[in-house]
Amino acid sequence: MSRPLVRVLGQGVRWASSLRGGGSAFPGLVMEKLHPGFVAEELAKLPLGVVVISGTNGKTTTTKMTVQLLRSQGLRVFTNRTGSNFVRGVAASLLAEMDAFGRLVADVAVLELDEAHAVHFVKQVRPRISLLLNVMRDQLDRFGEIDTTRRMLSQVARATTGTIVLNREDPRIASLAQDVTEDTAVSWFGLSDALRPMFPSDDDMRDGLRQVDPGAQDSDVPSARRPDADVVLEAVNARSVELDVRGRKHDATVDLYGVYNQYNAAAALATSLQVLGDAADVPSLVAELGEVTPAFGRGETITVQDKPLQLLLVKNPAGFRLSLASASAQDYATMIAINDQYADGRDVSWLWDVDFDALRDGGVDMVSGVRAWDMALRLDYDLVRVATVEPDLEDALRRFIADSGERPMRIFCTYTAMLSLRRILGDMTHVAAI
Amino acid sequence: MAHDTAGALRIVQLYPRDMNIYGDWGNTLTLKRRAERRGLETEIVDYNPGDPWPENADLFVGGGGQDSGQFRVADDLAVVAPRLHEAVARGVPMLAICGLYQLFGHSFRTGTGETLSGIGIFDLETVAGPERLIGNIVTESADLGTIVGYENHSGLTHLGAGQQPLASVVSGAGNNGQDATEGARTANVLGSYLHGSLLPKNPRVADFLLAAALELRGETLPEGELDDTLAQRARDVAASRPR
Ligand SMILES: [Zn+2]
Repeated sequence: MSRPLVRVLGQGVRWASSLRGGGSAFPGLVMEKLHPGFVAEELAKLPLGVVVISGTNGKTTTTKMTVQLLRSQGLRVFTNRTGSNFVRGVAASLLAEMDAFGRLVADVAVLELDEAHAVHFVKQVRPRISLLLNVMRDQLDRFGEIDTTRRMLSQVARATTGTIVLNREDPRIASLAQDVTEDTAVSWFGLSDALRPMFPSDDDMRDGLRQVDPGAQDSDVPSARRPDADVVLEAVNARSVELDVRGRKHDATVDLYGVYNQYNAAAALATSLQVLGDAADVPSLVAELGEVTPAFGRGETITVQDKPLQLLLVKNPAGFRLSLASASAQDYATMIAINDQYADGRDVSWLWDVDFDALRDGGVDMVSGVRAWDMALRLDYDLVRVATVEPDLEDALRRFIADSGERPMRIFCTYTAMLSLRRILGDMTHVAAI
Repeated sequence: MAHDTAGALRIVQLYPRDMNIYGDWGNTLTLKRRAERRGLETEIVDYNPGDPWPENADLFVGGGGQDSGQFRVADDLAVVAPRLHEAVARGVPMLAICGLYQLFGHSFRTGTGETLSGIGIFDLETVAGPERLIGNIVTESADLGTIVGYENHSGLTHLGAGQQPLASVVSGAGNNGQDATEGARTANVLGSYLHGSLLPKNPRVADFLLAAALELRGETLPEGELDDTLAQRARDVAASRPR
């Protein structure tokens, strides 16, 4: 089948499937069937190549930030913003972005891919730059083992033609530097020694009683013996951060919930520097970080009955712990909603790997979701007081809002619980479309 | 608390650095809290490869790991095996989940074809299977009642002729997906593939371990039922969920 016809067909399918509200990957699937290699061919034409962002935590936020940073420097950026991160999803996004002549009008592609899909993708499209964020206990019931996840990311690193951007503080990610040939450059982002204890790795997590004292990690390697990082998150103070960019200090605002998101900002900045090369204007990139707003479920604030409510997606122990450490419990009315649908992960064992001591002072106002009783049991064994357990999300949400008084609200929730809560909130107030 | 002679209840975590995954910490925490809520003091001691052997342990707990962790642990287990066998013979209670359960058997052949030697507390052998057995599981034990949890393992375990299983499978895969057995039990040593964690949602199993530990000290588990409403509700939900 000839090329233009394939494209027109694909775009037609996309139009038809959007009419009946079909999945965003569907037209991409048709495209790949008709013309395998379509995605690779299109992306290969981009002058600044393809950037792949992968890892277990923070992909969506980091991709969003990277795209915004690059656009602020005048680049035309193609990204897979629909969140369907299969090759097909990329194909579908491509179709949506093409002009009437079938050209992709972009300088660079920045793509969020989860580990398993990234492996598949890089066999077809070799990235120029890959940003590899972390390997945490996420979706282990799907991928099996953390070391398997690391192996997947190693394949991504080895397929990268230009530079891999690595998290210096994650031992499994840092070791990827040894997997690539000399032709592939390595750029690091990292944390100051003062901040490292705020990010315990999974390996440190249950190493006995060390859990109560994350600062006392004997596995710590002093910064002098770690590689130099292009971007170091030096200090955080609520919304403001201090960054060291190639030896120069910069103050920036990163108005996102949680210190882990501020670390993601450092990752996005390090990656942008690689994409832009000598053209990078560091002060203006740092300033642009202040303009970033949260991605879906990453701390977006919804106003309901004149009170702010934050939805915080939790999907693995490290993310949950960081989220808890980011704000004082007494300042919030707190609800936790845990579902165990496929998209959440069927296995809720990971809740036992989260340390909930931070909630002991403030307690938890409401626990909900399919696995509400599991969550309540978990909190009970961490001596955290729970006011109410109500598995039904709608009943729980209404009661939580009514009982929260003047306190701002935050809800830690798994993926499908968040979708349901947003839908319920949508009936009460205006909630931005996903 | 009247334990002047024996001191606090000493819970040894075996290999927490290499073998604790899928919430295995919850087992240790459950033992600790259930002891504390009955007025017993507890002490948690970590044992990692090469550490001095913790003397006077009242209870051992160990969890699952990845293959890489199991290799590190297998060598060390061979060294401390005589001490563990001695403890088993005295009736010291132990809970070995997943990876440690496998190493408490005779051998484990990994997916890459290497064979790890176990220490033979249980008469069983494990071979990595073609696919992981993953999902919610419900089992029934004659001694310990219904046990619910979440299994996640690629090892297929076959019990020797005389080896008692921990429980029989009601729904789920269990030791090998074939013979409807789950786990193993020898003296007061329980081996199981159930994570979840196992003990929080199975208080009867937790109390069995605690009672066995106290019995060796000439004590009994203090009277006064704990309120297990939360655990019971969580069990009911877990048992009703799709695999
Ligand atoms: Zn396991």
